[in-house]
Amino acid sequence: MSIYADAKYTDVPVETKQALFDEVKADLRFDTQLYGCYECGICVAACPSARFYDFSPRVFAQVMAREDVDTFYELLNDRVWDCSQCFSCTRCPRQNNPGGIITIMREVAVNHGLQSAKDALKAYSRIIYKIMSTGTQVAPDMLQPDFFPDWGPDVQQVSDNLEVWRRAVPPETMHTTELAWDVSEKTRLELYMIWKLTGNLEMIEKIDEGIFMILEEVMEELLEEHGYDIDDFENVLEEDDDEE
Amino acid sequence: MRNEATEVFTPPTVASRQFQRPELPPTEDYREQLFALEAEGELEVQRVPEPYVEVETKYGRKKKIPVELTWHHKSCGQCGHIPGYSTSIFWLNRKLGFDYHDPRDQTSCTAWNYYASSTSNAGAQASIAVRNFSQAKLDGYFPLIHCGTSYGHYKETREQLLHYPKLRKQVRRVMKNLKMPFVFPEEIVHYSEWIHAMRDRIAERKVLDLSNVTVTVHPACHYHKLVVEDAIYDRDLFDGQRTAVISGLVESLGARVGDYSTWHDCCGFGFRHILVSRDFSRSFATTRKIERMKEEVNPDVVLTHDTGCVTTLDKSQFAAKAHKRNVGIAVMSDAQFAALAMGAHPYFVCQLHWHGVDNKPLLEKMGIDHEKAWAEFEAQTERIKSGEIDYISWEEADA
Repeated sequence: MSIYADAKYTDVPVETKQALFDEVKADLRFDTQLYGCYECGICVAACPSARFYDFSPRVFAQVMAREDVDTFYELLNDRVWDCSQCFSCTRCPRQNNPGGIITIMREVAVNHGLQSAKDALKAYSRIIYKIMSTGTQVAPDMLQPDFFPDWGPDVQQVSDNLEVWRRAVPPETMHTTELAWDVSEKTRLELYMIWKLTGNLEMIEKIDEGIFMILEEVMEELLEEHGYDIDDFENVLEEDDDEE
Repeated sequence: MRNEATEVFTPPTVASRQFQRPELPPTEDYREQLFALEAEGELEVQRVPEPYVEVETKYGRKKKIPVELTWHHKSCGQCGHIPGYSTSIFWLNRKLGFDYHDPRDQTSCTAWNYYASSTSNAGAQASIAVRNFSQAKLDGYFPLIHCGTSYGHYKETREQLLHYPKLRKQVRRVMKNLKMPFVFPEEIVHYSEWIHAMRDRIAERKVLDLSNVTVTVHPACHYHKLVVEDAIYDRDLFDGQRTAVISGLVESLGARVGDYSTWHDCCGFGFRHILVSRDFSRSFATTRKIERMKEEVNPDVVLTHDTGCVTTLDKSQFAAKAHKRNVGIAVMSDAQFAALAMGAHPYFVCQLHWHGVDNKPLLEKMGIDHEKAWAEFEAQTERIKSGEIDYISWEEADA
């Protein structure tokens, strides 16, 4: 039970919180993210998110060290998506990496399809589709005034002239509008196989089933066209040692 | 009671501080670890090709920067929204007469998405890195990383691969499925390090007088904060206390570097924030970076060396200006600035019309006739529209 009178998520069983907490701590990277905390606040002073949100990298370090699973669960739902992932907090004199702890916490939130993760990534789904299917996240045709109204009239100008302006860029690989550069089909398929082999598609399914279905349909068709059968591939996630 | 003989300690002023590195670097040498894994047959290390330039990094180790034979690991944010950024890097290579490769068999590092959404995991991220590196080796060129985030993420990936056998095993299995070798480069080299190593050659070819141009530098977090030891430091620049990239170039080109109090701050990019929560990015970029620079230095341009930083610092200023904030500084990459200094076309090569802040006052100060240059650009785009030509070639861009 939380030590705070205004604690949230009191209806969530402590076992649920503990299981998520344990999953974060079990990540192979966790051991190199947290060594102790002086409470000096250097990480907070360096943190951009701390200036505009009720957010503190120090609290993440403290809560993980104290194994306070109630506050951990609050951070996991309410604060984890505020982090800028700039890693300014690595100025820590104890070599802690609060940003790295947050990376792992976010992965756990996505893996469990937490509603807070879905909400944080709601407007973001089409970007996930773009990166996973093409290998480039930011495409010229994303520069649309309705998506970037605060970037000024230049966005409209780029959008209006996109086809011609892209052809006025000298490198041949960049005469594209839907991709940042012309990624070969072979490479796009290799990327998709990496997503598939490393269990990433399951993560997407948990966070946005619609995007998962479109992605799988489009890419599996492409794989089939090129004569690949993913079922022939070795499972890279299983634990046995008989690989070579 | 104080002993009369006791000396009173007075802290040194900044100007009189002596820079001293610890005798032994506080971290393991990743190259030794890579070569050890190679000796055990776990992976193949791609050597930096000769000729290379040796530079000094954070803890005094030497890092090899390849001069040419570079495999250009492009950035999706640069190619997608700041096309003059990547074009300028290629243009510099061409003008310096270097052999390079601009691959189609390259994906982005996908780390923008990873840091934004965490819809990935360590195994996928390491496999994507190794697939790109293996492709570079197969193509016969050495990776030169355009994006600051890719550079940071690949350093992070290298740390993980070196320390977690389980992760190496997973990547090895993925690469076996892809029928590709498990290759990792001896050094992870950012393009701004290449520019730093080439700065004297760039300065030799300078065609503009930049002595009246004042620059502020914004260093990318993922360049110098995320796995710090690869970044270049030079005791002659900022007394070795700050990374030397960009500032070294500006000094070589004869422009002035202006210092400001929030040099170490992030730009506010935030990965997820810049796409779907921009009120944060905009607030941070304008109040902590642009306004501080404006008040303390009033520079002609902010130079930075990463996709996200150029985007955030440039695009955030429009809305802030509407709120009558003290903004209005042109933003571009060190590559674009170096290319302009060497006489590159501001629109065919540097593609400055994709930028948000008005950069014409800067161009005028640099002695560039932007009206003539824009007329040339429009004439060529008319030829594209009419179907006379399909694309602008490198030759036409330089005509």
